[in-house]
Amino acid sequence: MLEIKNLHARVAETGTEIIRGLDLTVKAGEVAAIMGPNGSGKSTLSYVLAGRPDYEVTDGDILYDGQSILEMDPAERAAAGVFLAFQYPMEIPGVATMEFLKVAINSQRRARGDAELKIPDLLKKVKEAAGTLEMDMAMLKRPLNVGFSGGEKKRAEILQMMLLEPKLCVLDETDSGLDIDALKIVADGVNALRSPERAMVVITHYQRLLDYIVPDTVHVLSRGRVVKSGDKGLALELEKNGYAGVVGEAA
Amino acid sequence: MNVHATPQMTAAEQALIDTYGQLFSDLPGDTAVVVRRDEAVEALKSGLPTRRVEAWHYTDLRRLLSTVPAFDPLARAKEQPALLSGATVLPVLSGTVTSMPQIEGVAIRRIFDRLSDGSLAAQLFDGDAADAIGAINTAFVGDGYALDIAEGAEIAKPIELQNLHEGGQTHVRFATHAGRNSRATIVERQTGTGEALVSAISHITVEDGAELTWIILQEQPDDATFLGQTNIEIGADAKFTLFFMNAGGKLVRQEVTVNVAGEGSEFILRGVNLLAGGTHCDVTMVLDHAAANTVSTEVIRNVVTDQAKGVFQGQIRVAREAQKTDAKMACNTLLLTDEGEFSAKPELEIFADDVACGHGATVTEIDQGHLFYLMARGIDEKTARGLLVRAFLAEVIEDLENEAMVEALEEKLTAWFATHG
Ligand SMILES: Nc1ncnc2c1ncn2[C@@H]1O[C@H](COP(=O)(O)OP(=O)(O)O)[C@@H](O)[C@H]1O
Ligand SMILES: [Mg+2]
Repeated sequence: MLEIKNLHARVAETGTEIIRGLDLTVKAGEVAAIMGPNGSGKSTLSYVLAGRPDYEVTDGDILYDGQSILEMDPAERAAAGVFLAFQYPMEIPGVATMEFLKVAINSQRRARGDAELKIPDLLKKVKEAAGTLEMDMAMLKRPLNVGFSGGEKKRAEILQMMLLEPKLCVLDETDSGLDIDALKIVADGVNALRSPERAMVVITHYQRLLDYIVPDTVHVLSRGRVVKSGDKGLALELEKNGYAGVVGEAA
Repeated sequence: MNVHATPQMTAAEQALIDTYGQLFSDLPGDTAVVVRRDEAVEALKSGLPTRRVEAWHYTDLRRLLSTVPAFDPLARAKEQPALLSGATVLPVLSGTVTSMPQIEGVAIRRIFDRLSDGSLAAQLFDGDAADAIGAINTAFVGDGYALDIAEGAEIAKPIELQNLHEGGQTHVRFATHAGRNSRATIVERQTGTGEALVSAISHITVEDGAELTWIILQEQPDDATFLGQTNIEIGADAKFTLFFMNAGGKLVRQEVTVNVAGEGSEFILRGVNLLAGGTHCDVTMVLDHAAANTVSTEVIRNVVTDQAKGVFQGQIRVAREAQKTDAKMACNTLLLTDEGEFSAKPELEIFADDVACGHGATVTEIDQGHLFYLMARGIDEKTARGLLVRAFLAEVIEDLENEAMVEALEEKLTAWFATHG
C-alpha cells in the first residue's frame, strides 16, 4: 500500500536535508512501527507523507496504492485516504470543532463522489466515536483543540481518524501526553480500525504503546534513514538496550 | 453662481460644481437650507481635500475621486429583500423615498419634507473645511428618512433603511432620534449597480436610557464611490452599538463621529472591512468621551486581498471631566496578498487623569500551519482559507449577539469569500 523509495527531503526554507535516502514498504493490513531517537526525522517523515509544504522532496518517491503522491496537495492526499495524527495537534481559534468535522468529512465525501452526510447522521457518528474514546461532547463545542489538554488533543486526533476512515493511518507519537488509562482507550480505538484493507504507520519513541497496538513490523529510524527492520522483538530489544547499539551499528 | 472653471480644478470638482448649477433649482429646501447648500458649494470650489488635510492624510480625495458620474434621472433601483426576514424596509430608490410604511412607536418623515420646511438645516454642512462628505451631501441631498422613536418604545422588528442605486449619483440622509429608554435595531444597506457616487449621512441622537443597535452593510459595486458619515450623540445611561461591514466599492470613506455625552453610557463599535480588487477603503472615527463613567470598545477587523488598500484612523479624546472613562480600541488585519495594504492610525488624547484607555493594531497573514492542518483533513485550500478568514472575523460578528443577524452576515462573508478568496 505504501512504498517509500530512496526518499530525500529537506526543509524548504533552509535547504537542510532531514530525510536522507529512506526506504520503507508497508502492506495493506500491516501495522508498521517506526521508532527512533529524538531528532531522527520521524515527524518529518510523517509531514512529508501528508504533504506539508515546509518540506521539499529532492529525490526518491512515495507510492501509495502504486501511484506517486508527490504532486498531490495535502487535501488531495487526505481525500485519497492518507491520514496523519499529529504529534502536536494545532489549536485553531475561531473554527468550531463540529463545523470543522462537518466540512472535513463532507469535503472527503465529495472528493470521492459520495453524498454529503446530513447533520443528524453526522452528529450520531460523532457521538458514537466520542463515546468509544470516552470524550465529552461538550469539548466539541469549543474551537478546534483550543484549551484542550495534551491528552484531549490526542483523543481528538483519533476521533477524527475514526470519523474519516482513512486507508493509510500515520500516527505520530500518539502515546505522548496520555496516561495509562487514556492510552488503553486510544489504543482500543486504533485497534478497532485495524483491517486487511488498512495500513498503519505508528511512530513512537517508546515501546510502551506497542504493548497495546501490537505491530507486525518495526523499523528503526536514524538520521533520516531506516537503519534496521524487524518484527516486534526488535522493539523489545530497543527497550532493553536503547538506541545506541542499533544506531551505532548502522553508522 | 460662478460656474466657470478655475484652471486648477479637477474634472470631478468641476463636475460637482456644474451639476449643482444645473440642479439647484430642483432641490428641496427653504432659505436656511439653500444658504447651507450655497456654502457647501463654495467650499467645494476651494477644492476637495488632499493628503495635506490631516483627516484625509491616507485618502487623497482630490486625487482618488477622479470622475463623478452624471445624475441619471431615469434610474429607478428596485427594493431588495431585507437582510433579516420580518424587518420593516424603508427604501430610498435611486435617491427618492418611494414608500412610507407605518411602524408603531416611530414617527417617520421624509428628508425631502424636512429640507422643504427647513427643520433639517441645522444638520447640514457648517463650514468645516475638512468635511468634504458633509459638503458634497449638503449640496445635493434630496431625500431619505427621519425617524423619531417615541420615549419608552420597544421596536420589536428591525427597521431596514435601504439606499439603493442603479448608477449615477444619490445623496441621502437618515436622521434618527431615539427617545428616552427606547429600544430599536436599525439596519442600513448601501448597495446598487453601476458607476456611482453615493453619499449618505446619518445624525443619530440616543436619549438617556435608550439602547440602539445600528448595522451598516455597505456592498457597493466595483465602480462606485461611497462617502458615508455617521454622527452619534449618546445621552446618559444609554447604549449605542454600531456595527459595519464594508464589502465593496472602489473608493469608500466612512466617517464615524461619536460624542459620548451622558454619564454611565456605553458605545460599542465593531467593524469588518473586506477589501479586494482595487478598493480603497478608509474608516475614520473620532470619539469623544465627554462625561464621567463611560465605556467604549472598538474592534475593527480587516481582510485584505488583491491590491486593495485599507485605512483606519481612530481618535479617542477624553475630556477633563470624563473621569473613569474605559476606552479600548483594536484594529487587526489579515493580509492575504503581498500587494494588499492596511494603515492603522490610532490616537489617544486624554485630559482626565483617572481613566483606562488602550489601543492596539496588528497585521497578520494566514497561519501556514493552521492551513496545513485543515488541508490534511481533506479540506481543499480555498475552503480551508475561507474557514481561517471566517475564524479571524468570527469574534467580531458574534459580538452582535443576535443569531439571525450573525447568520445573515456570515452568509455575506461566505459570498464575498467565494468571489474574492
Ligand atoms: N521545519 C524545520 N526547520 C528546521 N529544522 C527542522 C524542521 N523540521 C525538522 N527539523 C529538524 O530535523 C530533525 C528531525 O526532526 P523531527 O522530524 O521532528 O524528529 P523526530 O520526530 O524524530 O524527533 C531535527 O533536528 C529537527 O530540528
Ligand atoms: Mg517527532
